[in-house]
Amino acid sequence: MLNNQIVIIDYNMGNLRSVQKAFEKVGCDAVITNNHKIIKNASKVVLPGVGAFKDGMKNLEELGLIDILNEEVLENKKPFLGICLGMQLIASKSYENGETDGLGWVDAEVVKFDFTDYDKKLKIPHVGWNNVSYKNNNLLFDGIANNSDFYFVHSYYFKTNVDIVTSTTDYGFDFVSSVNKNNIYAFQFHPEKSQTAGLKLIENFVNINGEL
Amino acid sequence: MLKHRVIPCVLLKNWQLVKSIHFDSFRTIGHPTSTARIYNSRNVDELIVLDIDASLNNEEINTEIITDIANECFMPLTIGGGIKTIDDIYKVLNAGADKVAINSKALKDLDFIKQASSIFGSQCIVCSIDVKKIDGKYKVFTKKDGILDINPLELAKKYQEYGAGEILLTSIDNEGSTKGYDLELIKLFKDELEIPIILNGGMGEPHHAVEAIQNGADAVAAAYIFHFSQYTPNDIKKELVKCNIDSRIIDN
Repeated sequence: MLNNQIVIIDYNMGNLRSVQKAFEKVGCDAVITNNHKIIKNASKVVLPGVGAFKDGMKNLEELGLIDILNEEVLENKKPFLGICLGMQLIASKSYENGETDGLGWVDAEVVKFDFTDYDKKLKIPHVGWNNVSYKNNNLLFDGIANNSDFYFVHSYYFKTNVDIVTSTTDYGFDFVSSVNKNNIYAFQFHPEKSQTAGLKLIENFVNINGEL
Repeated sequence: MLKHRVIPCVLLKNWQLVKSIHFDSFRTIGHPTSTARIYNSRNVDELIVLDIDASLNNEEINTEIITDIANECFMPLTIGGGIKTIDDIYKVLNAGADKVAINSKALKDLDFIKQASSIFGSQCIVCSIDVKKIDGKYKVFTKKDGILDINPLELAKKYQEYGAGEILLTSIDNEGSTKGYDLELIKLFKDELEIPIILNGGMGEPHHAVEAIQNGADAVAAAYIFHFSQYTPNDIKKELVKCNIDSRIIDN
């Protein structure tokens, strides 16, 4: 049906090149683009992102990408990989710099870490390597040992009551570090920066059967 | 559990990697790309690369060399040196870096930190502070202007307030000395900041990292020990684990 092209959405939010390199490393040429036609013709969509939620949504809107993403991911069910901010943007809303609506693909909110009531005040942002504990079977964790370390860097986290959580991570409490809903896979950590385990996850995404 | 990071810090000068003692007397230690490749193969937690003379000489950011280094890194990469504009940050990130370390520009223009963190997110902005001890007091030091009458802790708090995501704290007195980190300095910072502190300067043996973390460092950076001793980053991390400090160990 489609050519086997993975697109990395370019919406001026951060480390796109890092993500592209990780795909290259596992033998897959992914293209960085915000061209609507190329995105429509692609087989899989990657939304990376480093930066603030509000700017992320604003940029997606200004580039006319919201409708395209809704079409390709929700309607055409193309496998979708959201990374860090790219995970947070699929939530209903975020409280970063005021309340902002997200893409709303899953019923979730993005809130800031707050350790005010904790005895031990943990640092914010949560930066560094932390264990990812799998909760459900997730195709993308195939071949990666449970509780492997992945690299995180974020001040806000994903909160949901819906049964889409595929892993949690302990930072003062167990927060949601990845979710999966149908063709949508999203990770709070950075697989592209998590060496062997991260590259394996990227490879697993490349190997998903695109025609779900 | 979040792990304490051990971060090789490499210095760039004339597009060569160098190692300094007290940020002076440089020795060339090889090519940046091959060094990055080795660190990647050793699964280091993170890599910091600083172009130490970029601000001094008002040099443009060399995106080519950053691209070459970034191409070897599948771990987080922080690039610093000579960052003066928002456009510089775009360039560095587009070349494949994940974070930028800002020093001189931050000192001159706090609003720049605010602007940068609002565009790129706090997690992307590392504020770097070089410290020297004069008459028993810690002062901020710059290569261009020497010792400034600025209290490093107050400065770090300002950086945090303006949106910095991490502080890279370097003791110029200890840098390259192998005598260990400046524990008195890190004690001053302990529990004072909400953002993580990477302590740099002085590691000569693995146990120095333990002391730094026990006294308040969230992460440690080092250069000399990895270039001029038999120790690898993993040796340091094994020592941390031995002393019940959470650390990420990957057997190569």
